[in-house]
Amino acid sequence: MNKMDIINRLAEGIKLNQKVAKTAVDTILDTIKMAIVKGERVEIRGFGSFTLRKYKAYTGRNPKSGAVVHVEPKKLPYFKVGKELKDMIWKG
Amino acid sequence: MTKIEIVTNLYEKLGFSKRECANIVDTLFEIVKKTLSNGENVKISGFGNFIVKEKKARRGRNPQTGQEIQIAKRRVLNFRLSQVLKDEINSTKGK
Repeated sequence: MNKMDIINRLAEGIKLNQKVAKTAVDTILDTIKMAIVKGERVEIRGFGSFTLRKYKAYTGRNPKSGAVVHVEPKKLPYFKVGKELKDMIWKG
Repeated sequence: MTKIEIVTNLYEKLGFSKRECANIVDTLFEIVKKTLSNGENVKISGFGNFIVKEKKARRGRNPQTGQEIQIAKRRVLNFRLSQVLKDEINSTKGK
């Protein structure tokens, strides 16, 4: 399932016009994205939460060539699955 | 940030009532949740992919008691970040 499918289902599900549904999905995703980029914790009950984790610089190795590479410090969002969703997926 | 702020943003953007906006946000997450619990992946370009992974049954140990236990076959959710979002986060100031 991709974004287009979500938009279609949303439009169908609550009788929204396609264009409005697209704007809605984009707005929701952008809001979440912006908060993550700012380093804010995003929590959606029943779904999960996003937190930005900081990683220090380290010296790594290219696993193929064995060459030493320096890895800059970076930030990566971490997604923690919410309890409800976790249980839903577990049971299938 | 919680759902309330997402609803508020949507309210400002769409001009619908707050109740309608809350319904949109809830429905969106319900759609995604239902899809994932059916074992189907959800891919959102520019954001990331939610991937359902099958985990085999294995033997584990209770780290506290050392007792051996059977861990049943299960499904877990993985989030794979989009390269676009990754770059976006790491190009902003204060690396």
